[in-house]
Parts: sequence; structure tokens; C-alpha cells
Amino acid sequence: MEWFENGWGLSLIVFLPILGALVATAIPGEREDTIKRWSLLVALVTFVLSVVVAFNFDLGAASSFQFEGNTPWISAIGSNYHVGVDGISLPLLVLSTFMLVLAIIYSWDHWEEPRNPKGFLILTLILGTGMNGTFVALDLVLFFIFFEVVLLPMYFMIGIWGDKSMRAIPGFGREIPTRLYAAIKFFLFTLFGSAFMLLGFLAVYFQSGDVGGARTFDIPQLAALGSGGQFAGWGLAGLVFGAMFLGFAVKVPMWPLHTWLPDAHTAAPTVGSVLLAAILLKLGSYGIIRIAIPILPEAAKDWAPAIAVLAVIGIIYGSLACLAQTDVKRLIAFSSVGHMGFVMLGIATLTDVGINASIIGMVAHGLITGLLFFLAGSLHHRYHTREMSRLGGNLKLMPKIGAILSFTAMASLGLPGLAGFWGEFMTLLGSYNPLAGLSVDLFRTAMVIGAIGTVLTAGYMLYMLQKVNLGEPGEEWVGHEFHDADRFELAAWVPLMILILVIGFYPKLILGSTNDAVIDLVGNAYSVETAAATVEGS
Amino acid sequence: VTWHIDYLAIAPELVIIGTILAVLTLDLFLPRELKYWTATLAVLGVTLSAIPLVLLWAGDPPAPMFDGSYVVDDFALVLKGLFIVAGYITLLMSVNYIESDRYYQGEYYVLLLSSILGSLVMSSSRDLIVLFIGLELTTSPLFLLAGWRKGDLKSNEASLKYFILGVLSTAILLWGMSMLFGATGAVGFDQISAAVDGIMEGDTALRPLVGLAVLFIIVGFAFKVSAVPFHFWAPDTYEGAPTPISAYLSVSSKAAGFVGMFVVVYLAVPGALDYWGPALWALAALSMTVANLAALRQSNIVRLLAYSSIAQAGFMLVPFAAAALAGPEALAGGLEATVIYLVIYALMNLGAFAVVIVAARRTGTGELAGWAGLGRRDPRLGVLASIFFFSLAGIPPLAGWFAKLVMFSSVISAGGVGGYTLGAIAAVNSVIAFYYYARITKTVWFDEAPADAPAFTTAPNGSLVWVLTIAAVVTVVVGVYPPISTFFGEATRVLVAAVAG
Repeated sequence: MEWFENGWGLSLIVFLPILGALVATAIPGEREDTIKRWSLLVALVTFVLSVVVAFNFDLGAASSFQFEGNTPWISAIGSNYHVGVDGISLPLLVLSTFMLVLAIIYSWDHWEEPRNPKGFLILTLILGTGMNGTFVALDLVLFFIFFEVVLLPMYFMIGIWGDKSMRAIPGFGREIPTRLYAAIKFFLFTLFGSAFMLLGFLAVYFQSGDVGGARTFDIPQLAALGSGGQFAGWGLAGLVFGAMFLGFAVKVPMWPLHTWLPDAHTAAPTVGSVLLAAILLKLGSYGIIRIAIPILPEAAKDWAPAIAVLAVIGIIYGSLACLAQTDVKRLIAFSSVGHMGFVMLGIATLTDVGINASIIGMVAHGLITGLLFFLAGSLHHRYHTREMSRLGGNLKLMPKIGAILSFTAMASLGLPGLAGFWGEFMTLLGSYNPLAGLSVDLFRTAMVIGAIGTVLTAGYMLYMLQKVNLGEPGEEWVGHEFHDADRFELAAWVPLMILILVIGFYPKLILGSTNDAVIDLVGNAYSVETAAATVEGS
Repeated sequence: VTWHIDYLAIAPELVIIGTILAVLTLDLFLPRELKYWTATLAVLGVTLSAIPLVLLWAGDPPAPMFDGSYVVDDFALVLKGLFIVAGYITLLMSVNYIESDRYYQGEYYVLLLSSILGSLVMSSSRDLIVLFIGLELTTSPLFLLAGWRKGDLKSNEASLKYFILGVLSTAILLWGMSMLFGATGAVGFDQISAAVDGIMEGDTALRPLVGLAVLFIIVGFAFKVSAVPFHFWAPDTYEGAPTPISAYLSVSSKAAGFVGMFVVVYLAVPGALDYWGPALWALAALSMTVANLAALRQSNIVRLLAYSSIAQAGFMLVPFAAAALAGPEALAGGLEATVIYLVIYALMNLGAFAVVIVAARRTGTGELAGWAGLGRRDPRLGVLASIFFFSLAGIPPLAGWFAKLVMFSSVISAGGVGGYTLGAIAAVNSVIAFYYYARITKTVWFDEAPADAPAFTTAPNGSLVWVLTIAAVVTVVVGVYPPISTFFGEATRVLVAAVAG
């Protein structure tokens, strides 16, 4: 198994999906079942491999990179094909391969027009390569490539299978299809951010040559330079951090760069929304933890108050926006702005508690919001509308779907005992006591506002439940036959529910992997003695 | 005077000359229905000319010829390779295109071969006169070729506009060269360089003359590479010319202009950096911004590609311009980045034009709106279109991203306020550029095909399929494994070494 541990294992996890997609191009489009089975097989094997990685992962050394592979790639600029996982990326990698499997199971007989399962599954698999790759890349150029690779499949998913309705856009003379607007907006926003992110990466690359000998794109090496204080006196550090932050913040997305999100999530086909919410958003927050903070810790400290303020605005703004929605899918989309605000607030504290909170928050948000989008898709599939004013009494019409929706909404509002609780709770805990040197007043204010945000979250989730699940079914649905959740839906949803419950009761499933790595990361970056016990006790 | 002539070193040029004569002669005797043999012969000749190129690459570099005016070093070889490949692809794209018009096939290929010959001469030129002859041999045949579709008024307009502005730019270029000759008394780049250094250090009286000469030369080349504000001919000419010729104009002719510009400023007048550095910076910033904004409004696909190629010219100027602001020692990196960008751009842009030719034949229109639903009617063509246009937009993992990366990398490496500003302008522009490239893929994949659209009947001919295959494979392979292209950049180091030594 040595080959598995020196990079080949991770490479397989990254590239199996795209190889599977290549093979799928050779299968004739009429043989839908063959294509579906093949895609599922590829996704399953990828998932199993990632589970093998997780089980063989040495938790005692969670702060160092394991299953590492490192070979020269673009030698002219000293960029290597360097992959590896540590305690921070491991849960996200497994989440990514897991969601891919569920997405393919769910899509089994849920095809949005114009169908074409072959094209859709090929894009889904390519997306898988981009997602898995971003979480294991340990080279800035490689990271950038995978970060961008996810754009193309998602662009086509939204543009081809997305919302068919027409929409008036301010500034355009005529109505244009929602899917086109959403697809291009999604791509342009991300591209704008990542162009500046790339400039930031390049600046770090050249600076590393000036301070550390050889120029390098290698993330662990750069992080070592960063924690050694090598970039501390660099006049441009603040600007460079800002450039990188712009790229990540668009992806997260942080207020006020979030406007692509409600459009893209609402217009995307169900599987697209699920993967967007569950994985793609995490690429941004993961990038900040993996790249921006360790490499430029001092600049991160300067930026932290601003990030905290933006995060808190995002929490409140997202929640208030949710309360104003009439479309259930758009409500879920806006809820991501709020939840990712908590994730970013956790990161902004720059403490081990806060960053642990952000990672468990990311995983929980991935599971919960992923499931919510599945449910929204299934509701739309049956009612052919997402207007909450027309829905209602869903529990009576479809008890199973209604119950699952209630469960998930409870998880989303942060009910203790379910996964959503830990991220919010620990974030607030972390903001009480931010990194030494950061304004305690500011972060405690943020904590209070964040706590108000959790109340608002509960408010809009209960409002949504009341509108959709409770009450009597509307007149228009009388006499309609509704089929409750089918086996493919249950196969995709039950594992998510189980995980939400398990993480809710046993957060150590995630924290056990992340804690050492996060403590190490924060400790290296800021040379502080961190109180490891705070998290261990949970 | 006896000249030392290394025949192997000029073998590629000799093979092309031989082919030109053979095509011309053969054309006289062939009956009309067999004229396509001229095309076969031309393709064969260009292919053959690549053989000595490979031999030269493998062997030791030949000594400079004709008193140092003609040099076949690695830099020249790489560019010759680029010109031969681009010429080969253009010939293949032309085969059916010209055959369907049924007239003057022989002449067409003779003119195209002459242009290729000119670009080969350009690559080796190391004095003003050889450079000028090479450049004119490259562009003059294109005045005729641009007007090849005689029955079409747009083609006439294309030819006329290109001719008038081409002649104007030649005059300006020549004027600049004559002033440079007047100031330095030399035509060889080495002697000019030494003289200019002297003038810059001491002789204040001649300094304005050198400055003016340099600016005139830059303007002359700016016409050839169609940089803003000297770009007005390009969209009309591209639209009216036969599409393979538009492809050739946007790749080989543009590359020739770049090569000319860079060898002059880098080898002959590096001392006048304070004059040409800011000029290139302004050209780069203007070309990117103006052309990208103009491209947003285009509805004709070839006009869109014309503006796109102007904008790409801006991106190509960025590394060298940023390096010039940073100082003489940064120029080597800038040159390397530009050459890598040029090579990658050449292949993906030729691929994009090949897609345009196939799609225009299938849909019967050059308007973007006519491409609606193309992806669903012909998935393979749709995928190819996506590959080339997303690559032009610089989206990984297609080759264009690496071109963008080396561009940004040289900007950041140059640093300084001017460098960072140019980097930020380029970053914003690459986002704007994405919008119109994405508009093409949007039309291809997301829009519904018109209900009355005729069925696709004609399959693209073999040579176009071959062109598309090469270009697509290279675009993907270079994108996944970019070191293949850095090899071209490394070839510029001979030039750097020559300057340093």
C-alpha cells in the first residue's frame, strides 16, 4: 500500500472522476442506464478511496500532511504537483466525495429539461475532480487550477439545465432567461475575484524568492516562511492579503460580494445547487484557512476586524433577506449567506476555537444546506412552484418529505444535538475571546450581533416551515396525487440525516481530526500557547 | 566581398522558394479541374521546410551570415517553427475554402507561401534592411489575399483598407528607420545599439532624433500588430477577407509584427528604453481596454475575433511593457513571457478560426445569432468551440491559462507602480474578455436552435478535421502540462545572452 500513501491515493481520488467522465463520453447517449451506473460506480469508488484515506489517517499527526505526493510539474516557475491532506482538509475531502455520490444517486430519475443525463453526469464528474483537487492541492498554482476547474461544469449546469423562467434585469432592455443571467453572473464574479487572487499568489511567489532563497509556490514552505515572520516586514503584505481575500470572499461569499449566490443557487438545477452550497462555497473559506492566514499571518491580523464586520453584516443581512423571500429555494440560498457569515466570523477570530468552529460549521452547512436544496428540488418537482404562498400543508400531502424538511430546518437553525449547533455555538464562543491583539470590544459586539443572528435564523426557518409544512393544503392541490419520497430520494437523504445527527451528538468526529491541525496552524502563525482543552472537552 | 553562406541554415527559406516556383510553374500547365494539386504541393513544401528546422535545432547553431545581418539562433528557429506551423494550418484551412471559389487557386498559394517566406526571413533578420524586407514580404501578399473574394464588396473594402493603412504604416516605419540610420549611421542592430547608448549618455543634440525615430518605429509596428489606437483596419479587414486569411492575419502577420518590434527595441535600441517603455505601456493598456469593450458589442463572429485578437495583442504587450518600466535587466523575463504567450495564442486562435470556418459552412452564416443551439445539433463542434474560446479566455485547464499566468507573473516580477497598475488593468480586462467569449459558448449551448434551421448535411473535409484535432489536442495538453510551452520561452535566452555578451 505504499503507493497509496505517497500521493497516488489522493491523485486517484482527484482524477478518477474526470477519467470516468472521459470514459462516459464514449458511451452512446441512448444507453442512459449504463451511463448512470458507470458514473455512480466512479463516484462510489472515489468515495471509498477517501474513506480508506480517512481510516488510515494518523490522527496523532493530524497537523502534518499525510498521503503526500510531490513531483515537479512546471519546473520553469518552480511549481510542483504537490498534494496531501491534514486534519483540516480531511473532513472536507470526505464531504466532497460523499456529496458527489449522493448527487448522482438523487439525479437517477430527477432530470431537469433538457434531460441529457450523459452531459449532466459528465459535468458532475468533472466538478468532482475540481472539488477534490482543491482540498488536496498544496501548491498555489495547482490550487488555482482546481479552484477554477469547478467553474466550467457549474456554468454549463446552470446555463443548460437551470431555471427556464424569464426575468427582467435592470439595465437590460428586454427580459432574459434567469438561467443565462445566473450562469454568467456566477462565472464573472468568481473570475473577477480569482484574477486578483492569482496576482496575490504571484506576489507571494516573488517575495518568497526575496526572503527565503528559492521562489516557491509550495503552500507548506510558504506557510513556514509566514510563521517564521519572513513576510512580516513586507510593505505590500496587506495589499496581497487583500487580493487573495477578494478571490476567496467572492467564493464564500461574503457580503457585499454575495449577490451572485441567490441568483446562481436559485437558478441552478437541484444537483447543481446542492454541490454549490455543500462544496463550492467551502473552497473559499478553506482557501483562507489553508493559504491566506498561514502565509500572511500579520496581514490577516490587520484584516481580521474588517472580516469580522463583513461577516456580521452577512449574518444579519442574510437572515433579514430570508425573511423577505417568497420563493423557498431562494430563501435557502440566502440562508447560506448567513451561515457562511458565521464561518467567516469564526475564521476572523484567528483562534483555534474560532477556526475549529468554522470547519465544523462548513461541514455542517454542507450537509444541512445540501439536504435543504435536495428537498427544495423535490418540492418543486412535485408542486411545479416554489412560491411559499401557494405551498402549505405539505406534511399532510407528503408526510415523509415534510418530516425530513422539519428535521433539516431544525438542524439549520442550530438546534443543539444536531450538526448545525456546533459551528454557531463555537463561533460565538471564539468571538468572546479573539486572538490577543485584536479588539476585544469589536469581537464581543460581533458576538452579540451574531447571537441575534441565530434568533433571526430560527425566525426565518420556522417561518418557512410554517408556510410550507403546516396548515391546510391550498385549494389548487385538492385531488392531486402526490407521491411521497421515492427510494432514490431516501437513499440520498437518509445518509445525510444520519450524519447530521451523529455530528450533532458527537462533534469529535470532525473536531478530532481538525483540532490538532488548527492548534498547530494558529500556534505557528501567531506563536501563541493555545488552550487545547477548550475544544477537547466538548 | 565573399559571403559565407551556410546552406543548411537557410534551407527552410530555400525550400519555400522552391515550392513557390514549383507551384507557379505547375499552375501554368494544370487543367482547371486539377488545380487542387497546387494546394497539395504547397502543403508538401511547407511540411518539407520543417525538416531542416529540426536538424538545425538538434545541431550546433550556425554562425551569423551576411556580415551579421542574418542569424539562425534558437530564438529565430522557434519563431520559424511557429510561422511554419501557422502557415501549414492556414494552408490546410484554405484548401476547400478556395477550391469552392474555383479561380486563381495557384496564385493564392503562391502569395500565401511568399508571406510565409517573409516571416521566416523576419525571424532571422538582425539589421534594419533585412527586417524591412522580411516584414514587407510578409504583409504585401496579404493585401491581395484579403480581397480574394472579388464578388463581395466587403472583401474589396477589406483589401483596400488594409492596403492603405498598411502602406501608411510602412511609410511611418521606414521614416523612423531612416531617422535611426541618420542618427547612428548604421543599419546593423549591434552597431545601432552601441551608437544609441553613446547618444543617450552624451550627445544631447541627437537624443530627440533617436526618440522620435523610436516612436515612429513603434507606431509602424503597432499598425502591424493592430494595437489600439492603430487598429481601425483590423475588424473590417478580418470580416471581409477569406476566413483562413483572417486567421493568418491574426496569427502569423501579428506575430511577425511582434517579432519585428521586439528585435528592434531589444537588440537595436535598448538604450532608448525611456522612450519606448512608456509607449508600449500605453499601447498595452489601450489595446486591452478599448478592444475588449468594443468586442462586447459585436454580433459578427469574425469581427468579434478581430477585436479579441486586438485585445490579445494588448495582453502580449503587457509583459514587455511592464519589464521596460522596471529596467533593462527585467526585459529578458518579459521577452520570454511574450513569446510563450504568442505561441499559445497562435494555436488556440487558429483553432478558433477553424471552428468558425466549419460552423459558418454548417449554419450558413457568420453572425453569432446563427450559432444558436449549435452545441446540441453538433456536439463535437460545440465542444471544440468551447475548448478554443474558453482557452482564449484563459480558463484552466486549457492552454490559455498558462499564457495568462506567465503574463501576470512577469508583471508582478517587474513590480513598481506602473507594473502593478498594468497588472490590475490586465486582471479587470481578462474578466471583461471572459464575458464575450462566454457569450459565444452561451449561444452555442444555452440558446435554442431556430425551429426552421436547416439540417447539417456537409461534413467538414479531412484537412479541417485534422487542423481542429491538432489545435484541440495541443490546447488541452499544454494546459495540463505547460512545461511544453516553456521550452519556447527558454529559446529567447540566446537573445538575452547575445545582449549580455
